[in-house]
Amino acid sequence: MKILVCISKSPDTTSKISFTENSTKFDENGVQYIVNPYDEWYALVRALEIKEANGGNVTIISVGSAGDEAVIRKALAIGADDAVRIDADPTDAYFAAMQIAEYAKTNGFDLVLTGKETINYNGSQVGGMIAEALDQPFVSVATKMDVNGTTLTLEREINGGIEVVEVNTPAVVSCAKGMAEQRIPNMRGIMAARTKPLQVVAAVAVDQMTTYVNYTMPNAKSACKMIDPSNMDQLVELLHNEAKVI
Amino acid sequence: MSVLVYINSKNGLHKSAFETVTYGKKLGDVTVITTGSLSADQLSTLGNYGASKVLVDRSVEGDDDQQLTRIIASAADACSAITIIFSHDLVAKAVAPRLSVRLKAGLISGAINVPSADGTVPVNVFSGKAFGHVKVNASRTIISLLPNSIQPQENGSACSVEDFNGNAGSAGVRVISTKKPEGEIPLPEAELVVSAGRGLKGPENWGLVEDLAAALGAATACSRPVADIGWRPHHEHVGQTGVAIRPNLYIAAGISGAIQHLAGVNGSKVIVVINTDSEAPFFKAADYGVIGDAFEVLPRLTEAVKKFRSSGH
Repeated sequence: MKILVCISKSPDTTSKISFTENSTKFDENGVQYIVNPYDEWYALVRALEIKEANGGNVTIISVGSAGDEAVIRKALAIGADDAVRIDADPTDAYFAAMQIAEYAKTNGFDLVLTGKETINYNGSQVGGMIAEALDQPFVSVATKMDVNGTTLTLEREINGGIEVVEVNTPAVVSCAKGMAEQRIPNMRGIMAARTKPLQVVAAVAVDQMTTYVNYTMPNAKSACKMIDPSNMDQLVELLHNEAKVI
Repeated sequence: MSVLVYINSKNGLHKSAFETVTYGKKLGDVTVITTGSLSADQLSTLGNYGASKVLVDRSVEGDDDQQLTRIIASAADACSAITIIFSHDLVAKAVAPRLSVRLKAGLISGAINVPSADGTVPVNVFSGKAFGHVKVNASRTIISLLPNSIQPQENGSACSVEDFNGNAGSAGVRVISTKKPEGEIPLPEAELVVSAGRGLKGPENWGLVEDLAAALGAATACSRPVADIGWRPHHEHVGQTGVAIRPNLYIAAGISGAIQHLAGVNGSKVIVVINTDSEAPFFKAADYGVIGDAFEVLPRLTEAVKKFRSSGH
């Protein structure tokens, strides 16, 4: 089975979020980039498990500049065979998805995996866009996936529950918690990642459909009002009359 | 302007449907597209929230994202919609991106309000730690609206309901079985949520949480460690890797408030934190704090809520 795993970089989950250039750009100063956790912990690790059980090949793909190769090497250290970097700034999800779809079309994969969303833009867009461009079925927010020949059996979250579904490959799946367990790369993996093939591919021309014009921060919370633990009537009164939520 | 709103009516009409129709009405003339078997009488009530017309394709239930994409695209062409609205739920996460490629429309996911005067739409980014203001460069726009972002408004009357053939085509996804917990409020839609963490010391103590939730009419939730050790089911886990919610009221007992947990709840309008540790980071994000033992505070709060509810609220 040939599997393509899409990864994106994202700021470390503990990063301080701030903006620069008149609030039009994310301030990368002092920010440590990691592989987006959903892409790494669930999509990539499940791809490796499927390869270990059934054989095949796992390729990582990412849309980014040369500076993002450190993040791609981090993902390679966990165990993929090779990686592809589409050489472009991923201006929006549509742009990134069309680049990946183009590569997938040319090279033919049985399965394309993404994380369910990135933790910076939270759009949940790229997987579905790739699937439409490839005219393949898409299972989103999958929490379990088993492979039997050309049939995938998956569990996916639906509004208010879980559904078991089947699709035939080729297909696109976005992966969420439950799919696999995080793997910590070992020293051998980290060493091997340095020499694994990382192919750089030129981007194709794609329209940018959306623009993040600027960013704002939520209003600072006013100080927390402390309530005497023996006086819960007061808390209820405040929730009703002051906060007006009950 | 012609606006198309997709409604998932498979399990009846929920608040999120009324929110999206209300949102659409603020932008233009609303046509609703839905699938499945809900009666025309029930669907016509969407007119109360501002829909002019409901189109329903009864050929499919709406489980397959490729079929739904084709149907919504047909409806968008039929009513010449410039803007298409979804509720940002699990169906939208599968279908809206497909539709954006099919229609070459710009997709704005996770909108939290109507477009601003400059035409940009505010969305949640960085897991709720900031807002992005997004504009679309294409001729059509798709917006998926985060649940609980705007209040449904009733200002119309029942509207017409028409059968519609959206040329669904074949399905790529076969549904084998469905597991649904009965009678629970779906977490992303809940207005009130009571949540607890490791501070409750064991699953046998969750009665305290459920009692408060029952008194309030709230959904229950939990922190990641509690779901990981199996005290509570995974679908209750709120946080960075679990469900992100934005209820009116979030009550957290025995949760310290790690940054990854906050990422799932920082859209809540009001946060109440109950913790024995006065240094717990969650107090910094809270509106009301109670330093005390959850085992004593929760039953007291439950009693106070019951007293309040029985006095006619």
